[in-house]
Amino acid sequence: MKPAIAVRELVKTYTEGASVVAAIRGVDLDVYPGEVVMLVGPSGSGKTTLLSLMGCILSATSGSVRIAGKEVGKLGEKELPRIRLQHIGFVFQGFNLFPTLTAGENVELMLDLKGVRGEAAHARARDLLEQVGLGEKHASFPSDLSGGQKQRVAVARALAGDPEIVLADEPTAALDSKTGSNVMEMMRRLAHERGRAVAVVTHDSRVMRFADRTVRIEDGLIAKKRPEFALGLAAGDASLAGQTA
Amino acid sequence: MPPLARRNLFHDKVRLTVTLTGIVFAVVLIVVELGLFVGFTQTTSSLIDRSGADLWVTSLHVPYVELGVPFSERKLYQVRAVPGVEAAEKVVVRWTDWKRPDGRQESVQIVGMNPDTALAQPWNLVAGNVQDLKQPDAVIMDDIYKGKLGVSGVGQVFEIGHHRARVVGFTHGIRSFTTSPYVFTTFKKAQTYANLADDQTMFILVKVAPGADVNQVRQGILANVRDVEAFTSHEFSRMTQFYWMFTTGAGVAVLLAAALGLVVGFVVVAQTIYATTMDHLREFGTLKAMGAPNSYVYKVILTQAAISAVIGYFLGMMVSVFVVHASQEGGAAILLPLPMAVGIFFLTLLMCTGAAMVSITKVTRLDPAMVFKN
Repeated sequence: MKPAIAVRELVKTYTEGASVVAAIRGVDLDVYPGEVVMLVGPSGSGKTTLLSLMGCILSATSGSVRIAGKEVGKLGEKELPRIRLQHIGFVFQGFNLFPTLTAGENVELMLDLKGVRGEAAHARARDLLEQVGLGEKHASFPSDLSGGQKQRVAVARALAGDPEIVLADEPTAALDSKTGSNVMEMMRRLAHERGRAVAVVTHDSRVMRFADRTVRIEDGLIAKKRPEFALGLAAGDASLAGQTA
Repeated sequence: MPPLARRNLFHDKVRLTVTLTGIVFAVVLIVVELGLFVGFTQTTSSLIDRSGADLWVTSLHVPYVELGVPFSERKLYQVRAVPGVEAAEKVVVRWTDWKRPDGRQESVQIVGMNPDTALAQPWNLVAGNVQDLKQPDAVIMDDIYKGKLGVSGVGQVFEIGHHRARVVGFTHGIRSFTTSPYVFTTFKKAQTYANLADDQTMFILVKVAPGADVNQVRQGILANVRDVEAFTSHEFSRMTQFYWMFTTGAGVAVLLAAALGLVVGFVVVAQTIYATTMDHLREFGTLKAMGAPNSYVYKVILTQAAISAVIGYFLGMMVSVFVVHASQEGGAAILLPLPMAVGIFFLTLLMCTGAAMVSITKVTRLDPAMVFKN
């Protein structure tokens, strides 16, 4: 099976004054359709940077990023949004819903970007909200929704573009345990039942059980498997495929 | 497209109020200043524009109507002899003194003409008629200047140039750009009031015969009458307008004030639209992360600006129409012709979208990776 995301020798550095800081220092990683990959690690380890690189939000300093088989590492600022729009759906820790739009309109916004408008967009948004159990909240504003409901709207919005890849940054951090589990269950179903490649950055040990695979990032590198780390993970921690030392 | 721009705009009522206040302020300021400019400009030349004449014959080197130089009225007959002249009449326009009942002196511009012709007649008469000027010492003035000249009604007697004058009628809305109101009377009385010699006139107004070419008649006058100049009414009107509006600097000052209104409006609108954009920066970052091209985000911001412009314009016009209407009773009329109103609409749109460009610059540089920062 071809990976939905394939990164090789990925490096990302930032310049801070006179010094150069390496956030990602040579990562190889594949994420396949139908699996949920958890990216874990301490704060500042480079998880979110790696997610941003995989999501074509940041450009790599060097190395390769292939999305659905296409090399995107060298694409410029004008091409990257198109790649994001075509292939990737995002779910954010803070939900990032548009507070002035209803739940339905938030989903329709993504459809609008994809060129689906009018009654077709309206019906599709309603359908997506029903899929995440929020059909009756179509006309509700985010301020009237609970945290879990907001995140489900965000998932519906991420799915509106029908992406092969869903990237989530701490999707359960602002949610209680039960709601977080519900959201992660939704992510897992996305991968297993609909064949999406799902990568999740998380600190939340409560949701590790939803992972098919867990990748630990430390100091900008994929860490070697360590016993104490493996013990802390659920059964989904199958391998550290593609790791580099 | 979901109504993101409209919702963002109306979400924060306080900010919307500030934005619209800025636009309304700018629109009213521009209308008032440009309206004053138009009003002043028309006022400077209203006597010429409403004279009914095709040509104004003057002494040499007369730059505008208020600076006429007396010349022999015998030239009237030479002018009448020029082929193509249907009618020609002597007209006086000259500064003189008006003595109020309380003894105070005011300056007025006496306009003397023949009440039996159609040239240089007073217009917008609201009391009396032009034929009343045939009565002894009769004058007609504008009711706007009643207070200034100490006039309360028809029949009152005053002194003009130390000679008796009696008000027999009023016009409404014949303003003078200077502080000296126009006072209409017969040519003969005007000679007396303006201290002109019996054989002198200030201007000869010419009506060209139907079918005759105005420029040919003009050339004929210049060829047959010595030491005069002849201008078409349009030319003389423009010369007078140019003198008062630009040579004196009055028009430039008004135009500068209008430009200032535009700048103030631009700054206020730019500031508020910028603040609105900053409030929604995270959302624009989310849009970019979702894959929206910059043009999509620009569209949202520009739509916000355009909606603000349209609402602000109409609110501003409502205030402006009130101000314009109120000004009609004063000495300085603010005019709002339709082309100016349409022009100001597009100016407002340009001002708001231009102001939005300030915040667009910020959004262009927005890093979509900000969506991962909490």
